[in-house]
Amino acid sequence: MNDIINQLTTYFSYPFVRYAFIAAILIALCSSLLGVILVLKRFSFIGDGLSHVAFGAMAIAAILSLTNEMLLVMPVTVLCAILLLKQSQAASGVRGDAALAMLSVGAMAVGYLLLNIFSTSANISGDVCSTLFGSTSILTLSRTDILVCVVMSLIVILTFVFMYNRIFAVTFDESFARASGINADACNLLIAVITAVIIVLAMNLVGALLTSALIVFPALSAMRLFAAFRQVMIASALTAVVSAALGITASILFSTPVGATVVVVNAAVFLLCCLFKRA
Amino acid sequence: MRLLTCKNLDIGYHDGLVARDINFHIDEGDYLCILGENGSGKTTLMKTILGLTPPIAGEIIFAGGLIAREIGYMPQQTLLQRDFPASVWEIVLSGTLGKSAGQGVQRFFYSAEQKKTAAANMQRLGIKDLAGKCYRDLSGGQKQRVLLARALCAASRMLLLDEPAASLDPKATEELYVNIKKLNDEGLSIIMITHDLAAARAYANKTLTIGKDIVFHE
Repeated sequence: MNDIINQLTTYFSYPFVRYAFIAAILIALCSSLLGVILVLKRFSFIGDGLSHVAFGAMAIAAILSLTNEMLLVMPVTVLCAILLLKQSQAASGVRGDAALAMLSVGAMAVGYLLLNIFSTSANISGDVCSTLFGSTSILTLSRTDILVCVVMSLIVILTFVFMYNRIFAVTFDESFARASGINADACNLLIAVITAVIIVLAMNLVGALLTSALIVFPALSAMRLFAAFRQVMIASALTAVVSAALGITASILFSTPVGATVVVVNAAVFLLCCLFKRA
Repeated sequence: MRLLTCKNLDIGYHDGLVARDINFHIDEGDYLCILGENGSGKTTLMKTILGLTPPIAGEIIFAGGLIAREIGYMPQQTLLQRDFPASVWEIVLSGTLGKSAGQGVQRFFYSAEQKKTAAANMQRLGIKDLAGKCYRDLSGGQKQRVLLARALCAASRMLLLDEPAASLDPKATEELYVNIKKLNDEGLSIIMITHDLAAARAYANKTLTIGKDIVFHE
């Protein structure tokens, strides 16, 4: 036990470990708030698809050796989120889910292909692996990454606090919300942009393939336990924060990959919630 | 007093006309039933009145100070709502958002007045004791009363109901019709889409049948 405490104190005495810890928790918090909306709107697959797109964009950014990959990845993902939203609402053309499937596998294939042909890195499979499954250690997050995370997360959280009533109305019943004069299109656009932003941020922490776990698991756990929207939002946020904290601590102690550990903790919490009956 | 007139109205979406040359009018205290087969354009007509779908041709004229945003709307229940985690209170309260949208100032949180409106309308429909209950645990009849209370929060003079009795058992249907009639007697004008001819005969003073021919009957 003393060993464990010693190990953790050593780790947390480094400021960059503390910053990474805070960034990770903020990302988990944002994803969980958004997750409730996406799950209820039946849009969880959009989160998954977008993370594949973000991988493709990341690959291109790596080839161009951009100093800040975010500058390319963020706009591309946001744009795709908006396109997907429009497509899923359109009555004609390629159906939303089919369009998404095409886009996501297409982006993955192009990304990997380009990396293989043009990459100057000596360790391609290592690069690909950490983009897909997250950095092997939170220590590899750069200071800029963390700063961006904190600022973006705060913006997302504030948006949720102030737009809470409108987001609820649009999620529960879009026709009614429109009829009572709420700008539902603007609300949906906001949600699409936030989804893209969160996915790009979460990719740093858990990798492209695991981002949708951060979005979906806390929301589903909370819905198992609670029946009112406000309670579900709060429970989802708490679950996400606790799972992220536990997961990161465990990954430090057992030197396991951060992303996978956090996701496994989230999944375990969900299973635990399934055992309890809703109050 | 005349509230609403539809004149030579053609309705539809950008990819096609659904129904054409609709003419009818609603006065204060009227109860209009819209009848017609599935796909004939009943819901499209409602959305056009509410301003959610632009009319293809013709006019909708509001009078007597009525505006589209102040019409209470009770849409058909969606699949998505069936397992939605929300309390009755949260849902009814969301009906008051339209009022705050019209004040010019963007309000982010519910005012005391909005809460009062929600509570009053729940009282009006006898669902005050359900406030803390989860929507997905309610019976079909209770769900419709919740959505009706929400619509009332937005409505001051007119209610639009889209097949409110769909998927209700006969007893709950009867209760709902009695509630709607009560609101009508209190002065609200009602426009209701229904397949229930008996109800239309019993409660409505005007009917509009949409089909190959559009028939307005006063």
